[in-house]
Amino acid sequence: MSLSRRNFIKSSAVATVAAAVGISLPKQLKAAPQKAETDWRWDKAVCRFCGTGCGIMVATRNDKIVAVKGDPAAPVNRGLNCIKGYFNAKIMYGEDRLKVPLMRVNENGQFDKHGKFKPISWKRAFDEMEKQLKKSLKELGPAGIGIFGSGQYTVQEGYAAVKLMKAGFRSNNIDPNARHCMASAVAGFIQTFGIDEPSGCYDDIELTDTVVTWGSNMSEMHPILWSRVTDRKLNNPDKVRIINLTTFTNRTSDLADTEIVFRPQTDLAIWNYIAREIVYNYPEAIDREFIKKHIVFSTGVVDIGYGMRKPDHPDFTDKERETVKQQVSKKLSEAEGVSLSYLGYKEGDILEMKNTKSAGKHWLISFEDFKKALAPYTLDYVAEVSKGNEDESLEDYKNKLKELTKLYVEKNRKVVSFWTMGMNQHTRGTWVNEQAYMVHFLLGKQAKPGSGAFSLTGQPSACGTAREVGTFSHRLPADMVVTNPKHRAIAEKIWKLPEGTINPKVGSHVMKLHRDIEDGKIKFVWVQVNNPYQNTASARHWIKAARKLDNFIVVSDGYPGISAKVADLVLPSAMIYEKWGAYGNAERRTQHWKQQVTPVGDAMPDVWQIVELSKRFKIREVWGEAQIPGLDNPLPDVTNKLADLGYNPNTTLYEVLFANKEAKSYAWPDPIGKGFQNTESEGDKRTVLGSDNKEWKGYGFFIQKYLWEEYRKFGEGHGHDYADFDTYHKVRGLKWPVVDGKETQWRFNAKYDPYAQKAGTGEFAFYGKALKNLPVGDLKSPNPDKGKQKLDNKAKIFFRPFMDAPEIPDKNYPFWLSTGRVLEHWHSGTMTMRVPELYRAVPEALCYMNPKDAGALGTKQGDLVWVESRRGKVKCHVDTRGRNRPPKGLVYVPWFDEKVFINRVTLDATCPISKQTDFKKCAVKVYKA
Amino acid sequence: MSEEKKKAFQATSRKDAIKTMFKGTGYLAFGGLVWGGYVDNKKKTELVLRPPGALKEDSFIKACIKCGLCVEACPYDTLKLAIPSDNKVVGTPYFIARDIPCYMCTDIPCVPVCPTGALEMTSLYTEDIIPKPDVNKIRMGLAVINKESCIAFWGIQCDACYRACPLLNEAITIEYDKNERTGKHAFLKPVVNADACTGCGICEHVCVTETPAIKVLPLAIATGKVGSHYIKGWDPEDEKRLKNVNSDVDNDKDNSGAIDYLNNSDDLLEDEE
Repeated sequence: MSLSRRNFIKSSAVATVAAAVGISLPKQLKAAPQKAETDWRWDKAVCRFCGTGCGIMVATRNDKIVAVKGDPAAPVNRGLNCIKGYFNAKIMYGEDRLKVPLMRVNENGQFDKHGKFKPISWKRAFDEMEKQLKKSLKELGPAGIGIFGSGQYTVQEGYAAVKLMKAGFRSNNIDPNARHCMASAVAGFIQTFGIDEPSGCYDDIELTDTVVTWGSNMSEMHPILWSRVTDRKLNNPDKVRIINLTTFTNRTSDLADTEIVFRPQTDLAIWNYIAREIVYNYPEAIDREFIKKHIVFSTGVVDIGYGMRKPDHPDFTDKERETVKQQVSKKLSEAEGVSLSYLGYKEGDILEMKNTKSAGKHWLISFEDFKKALAPYTLDYVAEVSKGNEDESLEDYKNKLKELTKLYVEKNRKVVSFWTMGMNQHTRGTWVNEQAYMVHFLLGKQAKPGSGAFSLTGQPSACGTAREVGTFSHRLPADMVVTNPKHRAIAEKIWKLPEGTINPKVGSHVMKLHRDIEDGKIKFVWVQVNNPYQNTASARHWIKAARKLDNFIVVSDGYPGISAKVADLVLPSAMIYEKWGAYGNAERRTQHWKQQVTPVGDAMPDVWQIVELSKRFKIREVWGEAQIPGLDNPLPDVTNKLADLGYNPNTTLYEVLFANKEAKSYAWPDPIGKGFQNTESEGDKRTVLGSDNKEWKGYGFFIQKYLWEEYRKFGEGHGHDYADFDTYHKVRGLKWPVVDGKETQWRFNAKYDPYAQKAGTGEFAFYGKALKNLPVGDLKSPNPDKGKQKLDNKAKIFFRPFMDAPEIPDKNYPFWLSTGRVLEHWHSGTMTMRVPELYRAVPEALCYMNPKDAGALGTKQGDLVWVESRRGKVKCHVDTRGRNRPPKGLVYVPWFDEKVFINRVTLDATCPISKQTDFKKCAVKVYKA
Repeated sequence: MSEEKKKAFQATSRKDAIKTMFKGTGYLAFGGLVWGGYVDNKKKTELVLRPPGALKEDSFIKACIKCGLCVEACPYDTLKLAIPSDNKVVGTPYFIARDIPCYMCTDIPCVPVCPTGALEMTSLYTEDIIPKPDVNKIRMGLAVINKESCIAFWGIQCDACYRACPLLNEAITIEYDKNERTGKHAFLKPVVNADACTGCGICEHVCVTETPAIKVLPLAIATGKVGSHYIKGWDPEDEKRLKNVNSDVDNDKDNSGAIDYLNNSDDLLEDEE
């Protein structure tokens, strides 16, 4: 059909008018304006930012992205976006985009830790990486190298990185920024369900009657989901109730029927209050049938410390030691005297931290023990401990807690509990995640449409890559772990490795990577899709270690940030739409996209960078005997088992891991990529000089498809099934497990989940396999005489007590400091701060504080203040009337702004089980600058 | 991002700012004089945003002696003195919200320094026994939203203006509306409340659209006025508008208007064609 100009104008005008008044047009007329737009191409992709996973359409013209639109066919967002998603078209074109490799060199062009950055060739970059990596491996073995990975890796990038590290270099020192984001959620899932990721999906929002947000400012952090919550509320304002539990008033409170401002850390007490009410005062609300069939009760050790180093570490200042000493022992507070009374403790007792290395230890207990342990969490006790706003009356606060409980227990009322960083970034993050399931399980309100405890993720592929691929120091793909010999064997089989190749020792998690670098135990570091020198607490230590010690730090990034600034070698990375990829969102939805444009400058995809490095290593260099600190026996020499696999000692890791026979069976070009380019597979028009200084012409096979197809073998038949590569390029994502071409909305529910159905245990089956063989005991300890109990298809209700945070405000540091994000900026701001409109909207991080506190300090709106902790200080402007309104005694500073480097102030205490840092709590003083 | 942008929020040396301003004025003075001759003083000032506490435009122009003290007092470099090319009354203080809005200092430093009362504090005090300056009483203009270009009205979760507003949830509130097209999302639409809007322009400054979808206009332009012949039946307060109504009845018996009409009946008899 050809359209005259006049017709075109007419039909687009009609479309505009129709849209304005909400009329739906006949299809043909609607399609007409699109037909005329022939000089740009629309193709589907995913938003670069948060874990919501909105689908977008990308318009490309002359090899440049000129626009995006929300994908009307995407079930998550149906054509909408938030303010960040709205700017996806602009994120790749900031003026200081990294375009060539840069290295610190001396006047002679040699690498020099104290040199200035100068452009170098890709070959020179890989030469130096090879040299430095081999040096570290020789000196320190596989434990002497590390990768800071990402929850923003594409699936293929994460998979390639894990394979190179764990199979190639036999090192488990790879850990993602997702450790900071949802490790507590993972540990909670694994300990409770035996398998990772939520049982429910976003459809719960439309089906529920109650949304309770716990430490989740969904309004700013998951705006599209929040607009769905808002719609649900509008549909039935009287019935649908929204409760926001938070430590400060935020935008999520706007829509909430009730806002509960609690004292930081005391969510632990509030969950137990709800559970106590259920067990003692609403026993009829307990779903006894469900509990009997599907649930066991459990508890664990409490003397687990706070994931900090011991105070005798030489790099601590005396001030830091004031807090860090709690890692060894702590004097119990009045509140802890009550909450730990079940173990025989009282206020003032010293709790020696004896289980810091076995923090996850847990065992089965009886329901009677569970009930007994909950006894102290009365309304009086919990209200006293948890009330967060001193200006609120105790009576009002108590009434809110009662109201909250009533909503949970109300028969036939569906409830979804959402949480994000408030519960994950928590020194008892694993516990508080488990408490959410405790309440939902007791009531039988889990894994049902419209009901469930639902952990939202922050990053776009924290689920899809970091968790499912397993870019963690202890994981392998599909929930497998390096410590399990059976899991290693499965991985070795799929990866075609000699038996015994994979290192059984858990590697260093993010905090330990930094600490190991500071201790000289790791000397080669590669940062990928991550900004670890801005996003890690106690930053002063790690920056100093990177710059002052003998080590080699490589940073691959699209833009220069703090991490690139402290690096020795900076590699320019292709950004999201400049490469093929896939992300997995918070509702288990996997979404793929195609490369839309050629990367800018000489930037190259991370997959390419990883694979190119693998060319520099021969089997004999990496698979010999190797000492691993903490392992009694060295890693075996596996070079004597090569013949069966068709390798020889001079075979390169490239040939083993990435360019093997199977890989080459995925041909490029491929019909699914018709009309699209593939820089890795065929090179591109730029003819970048590659790692061998020759024009890059591509691997010649469809490497991204190969990586996906090999990766999905790990989960197939084990509850982690994905569809094949091509399918994802035809649909708007699918929620795994994808069985017989069908996605799964509610896991563990036999009506919806084929795996649960297959288990044959009735309505539900919690079929996760991890940690399902447990000792039996009482509240204090397991009883070895009682043996172990198998828990096939069952989930656990944990009893977890309230405990204080390791650093709480005192006379010298009288404020709580909480950190987080703002809607306008993504993480460390490397992308969004380069979008002029977003920069203009929020150009700097402010210190949100209560006007009364500001007044008492002699400061007012807009004044500069110092925010200072025992670890460092930053200067920022006061905001007393903004989006976040803390109660007296708490300040909130977002972390996106490198000029307000708040992670110099925060404390690197973690949940001892999940190793996730608590960015929400430390003590600071604030004074006029 | 450019250094220039980074500076936008910083309080740089005020003296330098003034110096640059006057340098600029001097440099452009000649051209300005020529140009100024063609522009009517009244017309060219209508679209200008004045500092807090400014008198009504006519009186303000008369009272302002163009001393620049308010400009010097502004810690954010918001206020500028008009130079001839600005097409405003030369030398008078004003601000362009999109560039640098008024950040609503709680002590309102720019007003008390005015030597002539062109900017005056009396309207900006609280009604307490000991009156204090109250920034929220400032009325420099009124924010107006262009719904067609405001992406929140498209369903985009933006609300940048709402979150930036110093009177969050008062001057700008959010109206929730169902998005019937998607069937499961809500619109969160910003709405400006003239009762509370001070005209600071922070909303206009932060708006993420290419040309701001929310703009601050001078009150005289942005606001309408309802005739006093109709009073809200549901609002007793509204009767106050009757206070100064002219209630004189015209008792002149000249009835010529009616008579002329009645006598002109020719067209009634004409056939229609």
